[in-house]
Amino acid sequence: MENEHIIRVESLTKRFGDFIAVNNISFEVKKGEIFGFLGANGAGKTTAIRILTGLSAATSGKAIVAGYDVNENPEKVKKEIGYMSQKFSLYEDLTLKENITFYGGMYGMKYRDIKAKTKELVERFDLGSVQNELISSLPQGWKQKLAFSVAILHNPKIIFLDEPTSGVDPYTRRQFWLMMYEAASHGVTLFVTTHYMDEAEYCNRISIMVDGRIDALGSPSALREQFNAKDMDEVFRIVAQNKKT
Amino acid sequence: MSGITASHIAKSYRKLKALDDVSFEVEQGEIFGLIGPDGAGKTTLIRILTTVMLPDSGTAVIDGTDIMDYRIVRKKVGYMPGRFSLYQDLSVEENLKFYATVFGTTMAESIDRIKDIYSHLEAFKDRRAGALSGGMKQKLALCCALINEPKALFLDEPTRGVDPISRKEFWEILARLKASGMAIMVSTTYMDEANMCDRVALIQKGKILKIDRPAALAASFPHSVWAVKGSEMYRLITDLQGYEHTFNIYSFGEYAHYIDARSEDISAELIAFLAARAHKDIEVKAIDPGIEDVFIALEDTEDGK
Repeated sequence: MENEHIIRVESLTKRFGDFIAVNNISFEVKKGEIFGFLGANGAGKTTAIRILTGLSAATSGKAIVAGYDVNENPEKVKKEIGYMSQKFSLYEDLTLKENITFYGGMYGMKYRDIKAKTKELVERFDLGSVQNELISSLPQGWKQKLAFSVAILHNPKIIFLDEPTSGVDPYTRRQFWLMMYEAASHGVTLFVTTHYMDEAEYCNRISIMVDGRIDALGSPSALREQFNAKDMDEVFRIVAQNKKT
Repeated sequence: MSGITASHIAKSYRKLKALDDVSFEVEQGEIFGLIGPDGAGKTTLIRILTTVMLPDSGTAVIDGTDIMDYRIVRKKVGYMPGRFSLYQDLSVEENLKFYATVFGTTMAESIDRIKDIYSHLEAFKDRRAGALSGGMKQKLALCCALINEPKALFLDEPTRGVDPISRKEFWEILARLKASGMAIMVSTTYMDEANMCDRVALIQKGKILKIDRPAALAASFPHSVWAVKGSEMYRLITDLQGYEHTFNIYSFGEYAHYIDARSEDISAELIAFLAARAHKDIEVKAIDPGIEDVFIALEDTEDGK
């Protein structure tokens, strides 16, 4: 089971009229892996994520996510995954506890389970001091932490994170990544996009999308070697600037 | 002449001191960076200097005009707010025309000034602003901020959510604007961008702690920094969090940065500690601190209080 592929994408394509947003991409993600999904703005990342999370249908190709085909069973996929968007998505005028109760209810969790899970999350992420505060009154570092704890509320197998650290300062970004590492060590798979190239290094493997294609895929060290680059920033520049071949 | 002068600016929101006695100067032809944690007061400061908001006390002068003469100041400043605030339903061209009209000019008159940036956008001039990618939106917002030929340009996290290549292009544009004599004030959470500023102000809880050249700020870091690497980075970091001599440990790209509480060369001891915990492929090397190390130390001490 160690090498189980929790995400399997085969020749996935999405067209909007004449425009090919996602162009025949194929890759696999292992269970418990932190997979970095990189690419320039407009390269097709968000479109691909929307397909993988069952929010948008592919034009052709296939994606198996957490055991279900997203084209055939998008609702089943949604139950198995968590999602944290770049826009902060908790209700600002509810407390943490109220947010958790609300999202738990949305995922169809029983009240008893929500209560138990709340207790577990509060202990695990050390949220006790803020659980009854309104979200709006908290600093951004806490909000990030809380959004993540809500995204993993229903024990998802995979969490999709779309630029979770955009506009976040260097210190808070690191706290956030420690939390992601912690979740991955429990076997949760993390599928994350970022524009911070130091964060690309924290992923087990990364892919780089260019004009809808995946033009590079591998571990950070393998990619540094492949492109003879000193860091991921250089790898990204080489791959993303080499467009329209 | 100084492009931006702020003297003893203070601003409170009820009990919270958002800005506390803030003073500095930005020269014409200088890029002045503002870095600090969320809630440090960066946006409040920019809003006061662009006359969107009044300070409780203190004064500021933009290109020779006091900010209380807001009608004149507004003609002299360009402002790119942190949130994309152009009309999403208007096309690229319509947004530019609208801004030009507001400032009593026309697109034809302004085009020379912005053609450098507009050339990246021209192919999309009929696209609605809301349908642009992040990098394009940011270029459009910059075009609009430049349409009145500002003497001082204020950019509030202009590259938030922007990919590394577009960020580089953006900073090349800033360098050209700087060369034209503009005073530029920019806030950012990217420390590579902080390094590209002429001077940087570190701001925390409404106070400016230090203003200096990026290299001088980095050199002022009081500890030696060790870059550490092993085959299991998460476990390496958690193990070092429990090491008795650890002052700080945090991830830093391929390596982690380790700060020892002692000042002597501790690399052999550190390697022995990690080897005893079955870490493989251990690498330890002394490195020069950077501005990001300075920033993290700053927030870490705050968090510890």
